[in-house]
Amino acid sequence: MAEPKLSFSARLRLAFRVFFRSLSDADFANVVRNVASGEASAIPKTPQGAEAVPMPRLKEATPESALQLLGLLQQGGRLVDFLEEDVSHYSDEEIGAAARVVHEGCRKVIHEHLEIEPVRAEDEGSRITLESGFDASSIRVTGNVMGQPPFIGTLVHRGWQTRNVRLPKLAQGHEVGVLAPAEVEL
Amino acid sequence: MNAKRFAVGIDLGTTHCAIACVDLEQSSGEEVALKQVPVPQLTAPGTVEEQVLLPSFLYLPHPDEMTQVDMRLAWETEDGGITGSLARRLGTATPIRLVASAKSWLCHPGIDRRAAILPIEAPEDLAQISPLEATTRYLKHLREAWDYQYPEAVLATQEVIVTVPASFDPAARELTAESAKAVGLINIVLLEEPQAALYSWIQGTEGEWRRQVQVGDVILVVDVGGGTTDLSLIAVTEREGNLELYRVAVGDHILLGGDNMDLALAHLVRGKLAQQGKQLDLWQTQALTHGCRAAKEILLSDPTVESMPVVVPGRGSRLIGGTLRGELTRDEVRETLVEGFFPVVDAGARPVARARGALTKLGLPYAQDAAITRHLAAFLGRQMAATADLEGFNPTLPEGATFLHPTAILFNGGVFRASILAERIAGVCNAWLQAEGASPARLLEGADLDLAVARGAAYYGYARTGGGVRIRGGTARSYYVGVESAMPAVPGMEPPIHALCLAPFGMEEGTEAELPPQEFGLVVGEPVRFRFFGSSVRREDTVGSVLEQWSEDELEELEGVEATLPAEDCAPGEVVPVRLQAAVTEVGTLRLDAIPRRGAEHWKVEFDVRGSEKRSND
Repeated sequence: MAEPKLSFSARLRLAFRVFFRSLSDADFANVVRNVASGEASAIPKTPQGAEAVPMPRLKEATPESALQLLGLLQQGGRLVDFLEEDVSHYSDEEIGAAARVVHEGCRKVIHEHLEIEPVRAEDEGSRITLESGFDASSIRVTGNVMGQPPFIGTLVHRGWQTRNVRLPKLAQGHEVGVLAPAEVEL
Repeated sequence: MNAKRFAVGIDLGTTHCAIACVDLEQSSGEEVALKQVPVPQLTAPGTVEEQVLLPSFLYLPHPDEMTQVDMRLAWETEDGGITGSLARRLGTATPIRLVASAKSWLCHPGIDRRAAILPIEAPEDLAQISPLEATTRYLKHLREAWDYQYPEAVLATQEVIVTVPASFDPAARELTAESAKAVGLINIVLLEEPQAALYSWIQGTEGEWRRQVQVGDVILVVDVGGGTTDLSLIAVTEREGNLELYRVAVGDHILLGGDNMDLALAHLVRGKLAQQGKQLDLWQTQALTHGCRAAKEILLSDPTVESMPVVVPGRGSRLIGGTLRGELTRDEVRETLVEGFFPVVDAGARPVARARGALTKLGLPYAQDAAITRHLAAFLGRQMAATADLEGFNPTLPEGATFLHPTAILFNGGVFRASILAERIAGVCNAWLQAEGASPARLLEGADLDLAVARGAAYYGYARTGGGVRIRGGTARSYYVGVESAMPAVPGMEPPIHALCLAPFGMEEGTEAELPPQEFGLVVGEPVRFRFFGSSVRREDTVGSVLEQWSEDELEELEGVEATLPAEDCAPGEVVPVRLQAAVTEVGTLRLDAIPRRGAEHWKVEFDVRGSEKRSND
């Protein structure tokens, strides 16, 4: 858990960076002051004994990256436009033309930012065997779930999993709640 | 800290830039630690993403258009423009604030390249910038992106190679070097893009290239970028038992590229939509161009697809009601692209020059003939003698040949992702070869079409430090100044002009030409302008040669050069006899000096980049 010790030259660079940024950035300077006066717990303390702090059993999902991804899907594939539109009075052909925009654009966004692959490589419909100790979070068994593994069953859905998520960085203070700005042509 | 750790290749393209580097500490011989360097850039307001390519676009926003927060990069910037993906996107809706194709403007002989003229259609309250400044801004973004990722090895301290089109004239090369200097990159080296593509191929073979080419090979590099087409010929020779590569010829500057092709398709689909009574605005036309590019690539690569829908979303939030649907068929793509840009022609075909309209608006001098195969035929025909006097090369041209026979072809540029286009060029070229009894040219494959130039440039930086093969060849032109002949004046006739050779063909970097015997009288304190010429075919001229006449094909007039002797050491008005000397700098730019008969001073002779054409909309 302990971070590696910084070398002297790294500490020197850090000192200069802190110095200059404290001059130019008031918020940053506040944080430095708190750390220096020991108010903030930025200096990690080594745990003494087994002082078990109870872990919260549930956690809030942060909305920021969800909104960011939704913004990307809107920008690249007009997803929000599509979902928010009342499709009932359009013909299938018209919806189909728009679906191409959404499909093409969203697919590009997804592939640019996530590495997606099936959980199981086998064809859907094929018989597969689940050995004891299979990963229940990536494989869901349904139907006649009873007895002891190995389980033999039909692959109904291959599943999807992401390997790698590469979301763009956001500027400090950027408003992610705006999925698409209103456009006004002058 | 002083030793260079990286050789860095920078592809400064018309439509995209890219950086690659070779870690010199971890490379030896054919084992080259080469990697692409991502470029963090704004992809949306407030959103910074690393991408492999930096689109060469600069957007100059209105002060109220975007918050400072939303323009923030990971590093400090002070000049208030947006470079890269977001710039290109904003420009589709607000083209009046978008700087694009700066590189084509940088080598535009008709305009003042230091004058603030971009964006061309800028509103009055926008401070325009010069083509030089735009290039500087792209380089600055790339430098900052590098320095951010390698703070321990900032770019200014590394071996940096910047690529330029082989067809760039001396003035455009000098401007490129100048913009590098302006962002603190003093010791860069310029490299021709087709050579960089070949270096990338060499690097990719991991030493196998020596088995894939042989003495007597002539490699044709066809580099079709977003905005330009660049042709080069590289011969394989032998010296002391080792294979050597010798760049023997480069083509003219052809302002014709992949963007023109996508635009041609978009116009076709727009025309079809117009027939159905559907009009597209500018924004939709841009979207259509993107759609056509994607459809083209599928239609040209998958033979089972007969047609592809191209949909253009409306700009409003009503996606379904506002979407237009067009269609592009395989036959249309073939007709427009393959037959339009790569028609089957014979080896004697030459580009058609149309007379320019009298009322040309200020714009880029796009190639008048869109047929790349005709430009290729003209290039090979004109360069027939390119290998004639090459040492260590056995001339193999048969009797009666009408063009230089390439034996291998390397394609570069994203256009060739549609493999049918490469096949077409190869097919046309092979038909020419067959007609003259030569065997077909083989294809050199394996280099990345988009990234080869940056990678090859990085590899060249490594090769310069002693790690690999280098392509020789020096300057691809000989250079001349115009001298008025001493003939008696004939009323009503311009005195005939002679061309005095200052720089012979093939001058290597870091060499000086001899001093020509001819002297010019320069008036101290007054600028004197010389006409300036280049030739890509006159290989035999030496310094001091005077041409009394030449055919139009042999010598091309470039922007003039100008010498001013400062009045420091001599009295103003005094006439000082000087000789003009050419040198090629270590950077790879041409340098002309005025050297007086007495005294040790040299005065630099400047390339005139102020433009000769008058703006017709003045």
